[in-house]
Amino acid sequence: MKIHEYQARDLFKKYGIPVPDGIVCHSVEEAEALVPDDNQLRVVKAQVHVGGRGKAGGVKLAKNKAEAVENAIRILGMDIKGYKVEKVLIANAVDIDKEFYIGLINDRNTRSVTLMASAEGGVEIEEVAKDSPEKIIKMSIDPVAGLMDWQAREVAFRLFSDINHVRAAVDIFKKLYKLYQDTDSTLAEINPLVITTQNEIKAIDGKMNFDDNAIYRQPDILAMRDVTEDEQKEIDANEKGLSYIKLDGTIGCMVNGAGLAMATMDMIKLYGGEPANFLDIGGSSNPQKVVDAMNILLGDKNVKAVMINIFGGITRCDDVARGLISALEQIKTKIPIVVRLSGTNAKEGLELLKATGLPTVSTMSEAALKAIELSKK
Amino acid sequence: MSILINKKTKLIVQGITGRDGAFHAGKMQSYGTHVVGGVSPGKGGQHMNGIPIFNTVKEAREATGATASVIFVPAPFAADAILEASFAGIELVVAITEGVPVQDMIRVMPFVRQNGTKLIGPNCPGLITPEECLIGILPGNIFMKGNIGLMSRSGTLTYEVVNLLTENKMGQTTCVGIGGDPVAGLYYQELLQMYEDDPATKAVVLIGEIGGDAEEQAARFIREKMTKPVVAFIAGQTAPPGKRMGHAGAIISSGSGTAEEKIKAFNEAGVPVAKEPSQIPGLLKEILK
Repeated sequence: MKIHEYQARDLFKKYGIPVPDGIVCHSVEEAEALVPDDNQLRVVKAQVHVGGRGKAGGVKLAKNKAEAVENAIRILGMDIKGYKVEKVLIANAVDIDKEFYIGLINDRNTRSVTLMASAEGGVEIEEVAKDSPEKIIKMSIDPVAGLMDWQAREVAFRLFSDINHVRAAVDIFKKLYKLYQDTDSTLAEINPLVITTQNEIKAIDGKMNFDDNAIYRQPDILAMRDVTEDEQKEIDANEKGLSYIKLDGTIGCMVNGAGLAMATMDMIKLYGGEPANFLDIGGSSNPQKVVDAMNILLGDKNVKAVMINIFGGITRCDDVARGLISALEQIKTKIPIVVRLSGTNAKEGLELLKATGLPTVSTMSEAALKAIELSKK
Repeated sequence: MSILINKKTKLIVQGITGRDGAFHAGKMQSYGTHVVGGVSPGKGGQHMNGIPIFNTVKEAREATGATASVIFVPAPFAADAILEASFAGIELVVAITEGVPVQDMIRVMPFVRQNGTKLIGPNCPGLITPEECLIGILPGNIFMKGNIGLMSRSGTLTYEVVNLLTENKMGQTTCVGIGGDPVAGLYYQELLQMYEDDPATKAVVLIGEIGGDAEEQAARFIREKMTKPVVAFIAGQTAPPGKRMGHAGAIISSGSGTAEEKIKAFNEAGVPVAKEPSQIPGLLKEILK
């Protein structure tokens, strides 16, 4: 789960990580009412779950209240890479002397949390990581000992020469790690962490992601969830035990298992078609799930054909067939459907489907070819 | 021969009185696995299908001599179940449970390592040595004894491939579902080493997914250490970046973990990569010539 920058800032503040003062506005009226009438230099920033806001015109400086409101008018409602801006953060700008990057992430290889830091902070950090990985300092954190003072110091000494900055940075690293652990985070970034010309250290921008598997024990984080329409569809599907991601193609796919679902999409593309979605109905063959899945697939106006690919392991193909039959009784559709059943009780399942007149095949390749053919009719 | 499990393996089921635990305990038993006990705190002393139930893993191990454990307990309690098995001296722990918080797994790993426990999973379908021992939720009927080793990050895709192998009379030594979570136990390299050391295994099939760099590391390991041939398949070749495809592991971000990079790494290691699952038996035949 992702949160907005202003929400990450709130969490930073709660944990004692210094951030510049700022306010969040949902409307121009709110900006009018909340921004103090002075000549403070401020930055108005779009709050959306996507990177590259600055380049898209979603981040603007304002010399006074009038300019801040003007920028709020310009940015609110803006479309950034398909995300509509519904909130802006208006924060006090600071005079930056130097920018740094600080990040915590779950590292698959070391099977632990890794602290990353770089003296080359800012928007180009991904290029830095790619082109000159030696400029990213990495420190693996032992989950039992936690982030030890000496580790935090070692990283800080490679970024700063002033002992006061080192001390301030050590404090921030430790607080960020505590926040990361307390909230079941999967990514926590301060980018940039800056030294101001007044010699203060401040977190200017922050990003945090959280573990969906742990959200059940993080009610405060869950309360911050803010999703788009497409994301809401994915969440609704999840609540029904389905894993759904909408794509742009014309062939709707219903598959059991994530790996097989991805392989199905790959095959459709390999044969010249375009998958309309990723949809994993999981292990159970509960007929209601098949009904829900069909509703989602047929609710997508781009879908011209549906490919159902089931490999029965624990899932029994005859159960899936029954679910499909009851789904088709409830949903009347003219969209062609191709069914591939293989594995446990496939024969029985195919026998049941005979009455429906649906085209049935026994291999994945045949199903993909047939679905592509039908989608072009 | 085989890796990890064989007909001598003695298994206990943690969470045996739950719906999934009970169902699959029966399935494993009927496949021929020695299910010697179950663990369910508060139900010690009872029996299920003739299987004795214990309150703790330690008691179960002491009473039965169990060497392996399979975990079906719900996600919030799975990490503790892994630790209990590890500290009780169980050699092989297979965690089927899906949805385990990543931080829980990160906290578990140092103890698993310290105790020398072999952990598979979580969020995995288990493993099987055909005709000898099945641990987990794999459909036993599609497997056949033979000389191909197979490991995979996914469940049903594994069945799809195994079914193709079996249809082509290419039996298997041991098939392992390593699971799709970002932090998990045994991974490709450890298993590749075991297949390399197993005299019965003649070739290995590796089924990977997008996300992370485990496949790239496996490719490096194959190039440097493996003498046996390996064939690979990568699912998610057409997945859009930044989207999570069901598995926590299958996520592409900032241009790393793409199928393209993985395929390139395998090709450089001399590992043929199938474009679709049905090419795998043919590729195996070619390299086994």
